[in-house]
Amino acid sequence: MTQAPALEVRNLTTTFAGGRLTAVNDVSFTVLPGEVLGLVGESGSGKSVTLRSIMRLLPASGAVSGHVRWQGRDILTMSDADLRGVRGGQISMIFQEPMTALNPVLPVFTQIEENLKAHTDLDRAARAARARDLMDLVGIPDAARRLKEYPHQFSGGMRQRVMIAIALAGNPTLLLADEPTTALDVTIQDQILKLILDLRDELSMSVVLVTHDLGVVAATCDRIAVMYAGRIVETGTVRDVFAQPAHAYTRGLLGSVPHAGTERSMLLSIEGTPPPLDRIPAGCAFNPRCDFATGPCRARVPVLEDLAPGRSVACFNRTAVTAAGSPV
Amino acid sequence: MHLASFIVRRLLQLIPTLLFILIVVFVLVRLLPGDPASAILGDRALDADVERINRELGLDRSLPVQFAVFAKSVATGNLGNSIHLKLPVAELIAARLPITILLTVMAALIAVLFAVPLAFVAALRRGRAADSVVRGAFQVGLSMPVFYLGLILLTVFGARLGWFPVGGYGDGFLDHLYHLFLPALTLALSLSAILMRNLRAAIIGVIDAEYVQFARAKGLRPRLILSRHVLRNALISTVALFGLSIGTLLGGAVITETVFAIPGAGRLMVDSIYGRDYPVVQGLTIALAVLVSLTFLLTDLVQAWLDPRVAR
Repeated sequence: MTQAPALEVRNLTTTFAGGRLTAVNDVSFTVLPGEVLGLVGESGSGKSVTLRSIMRLLPASGAVSGHVRWQGRDILTMSDADLRGVRGGQISMIFQEPMTALNPVLPVFTQIEENLKAHTDLDRAARAARARDLMDLVGIPDAARRLKEYPHQFSGGMRQRVMIAIALAGNPTLLLADEPTTALDVTIQDQILKLILDLRDELSMSVVLVTHDLGVVAATCDRIAVMYAGRIVETGTVRDVFAQPAHAYTRGLLGSVPHAGTERSMLLSIEGTPPPLDRIPAGCAFNPRCDFATGPCRARVPVLEDLAPGRSVACFNRTAVTAAGSPV
Repeated sequence: MHLASFIVRRLLQLIPTLLFILIVVFVLVRLLPGDPASAILGDRALDADVERINRELGLDRSLPVQFAVFAKSVATGNLGNSIHLKLPVAELIAARLPITILLTVMAALIAVLFAVPLAFVAALRRGRAADSVVRGAFQVGLSMPVFYLGLILLTVFGARLGWFPVGGYGDGFLDHLYHLFLPALTLALSLSAILMRNLRAAIIGVIDAEYVQFARAKGLRPRLILSRHVLRNALISTVALFGLSIGTLLGGAVITETVFAIPGAGRLMVDSIYGRDYPVVQGLTIALAVLVSLTFLLTDLVQAWLDPRVAR
């Protein structure tokens, strides 16, 4: 249980517009080797920005502080040359929309090969062979022919497989997946998630999976970190959090997912929408939408407190929330 | 392959285009005020002489017949004889057009050499001093008329400083290049301003694209990201604009050749229009139109090469 984490994020804070907008606020979490961590929240909760901050992939207007420890070094302070070695080599990232994330004017082979060229010592012939192997690995049939094709000649699911093949080219030990299945049909979603899990086992990678879909989390993740308005509000194993959510927001998210096989009941929905970055409420950011909110919630920001090893929550009324039970 | 059938299709499309050009040229020349017979013979010509000239030139026949004769001879490469110079038009064009083509190609190259690096500087330093300087300078270049700019360059670098000849075409290829440099520069400036603005906007549109972010996430070198992922995608629209600008460039060559006294097709065109030299005007217009059509074809091919989705 006391394994050294593969990735350790400490006090990560990302601001935009000269510090006026805070997209990620004092976020800390760890990823263990071989583990799948689900980073969950509604749109605008800061989960994608968190991923991109880890890789320093922000527009010029974004500023990141904190620490991202990776193999004894801090990604946020390393040189650009070192960063290039980490990006795509040790840590790979896949994006939500493979149609826009793959370059439309380059054949798939070029897009895989440039990654191999950047991160391996393979010669030309070996890179071509490896590119075919990668296509096989992610389940794209007829690899030799399809490598010559362009992204628009692939279906949505196949495109996402191409992106995964590119991500795997540098033999990463950590895969950052930003909503990898959101743009896909449900049946294709399952195939892609299964592929990611299989690859995790086969290549012993860790995975951080950003999603707003708790069904995806339940099916794939070992642990979960729930984000709201740029902060992590609850973490724990998927089993613990689903069985006994301790934050009102987590409880609301779980209540909004339909479940097959159980008695029919009304779906809970969380009233309202997440606050825009320039109007985050005082106190707990969730308090205007929260059924459990009391005086302290409007005055102070709750900090993450450990309930048990590996299980923490940032909620003043966690006892009441826990007592209300899981809606699942 | 896709590309081969695309080229064939594109070549077939040239046929109706060329036919249309022939009709337009034929009609336009006949709509010009004045007629060749009085231009040749002067105001006090006798009616009999006018009739004789018209008969010699075939102008006494009906328009459809004139067009049929015209189309047939063009198709066989015979563009007739110049009324004034008494030379075959094809020969005249063969002598003069290459000069204009060389001038245009030089101008296009200079324009691209200016536009591409400066577009990158402006786009990558968007909103900062370098961006403002580049855009401001090009705004001036864009708003200045070609003949005025030509005269300034001619006065400063030709007459005052003596670095370049003030006119003419010179002897031998290198001397041609030397003589054509100032006129080409004159022509290039407004084109490079247009290209720079377009490419700058295109680069800004592409640089935040997801596939560029993905390329960064792959740990590629910035230079490779710019050349392979950014430039290639940004160029697609700029190449289209470049192709469309070639026609304008040829039009600008007419003025430039006049200012710099270059014996190119532009000068020939101006002289022939004044002299009502119908066969030369017709022949030149056709030659220039074919040239522009071929440029469009080339543009399409470059685009198809840049963007595989075009050739579908």
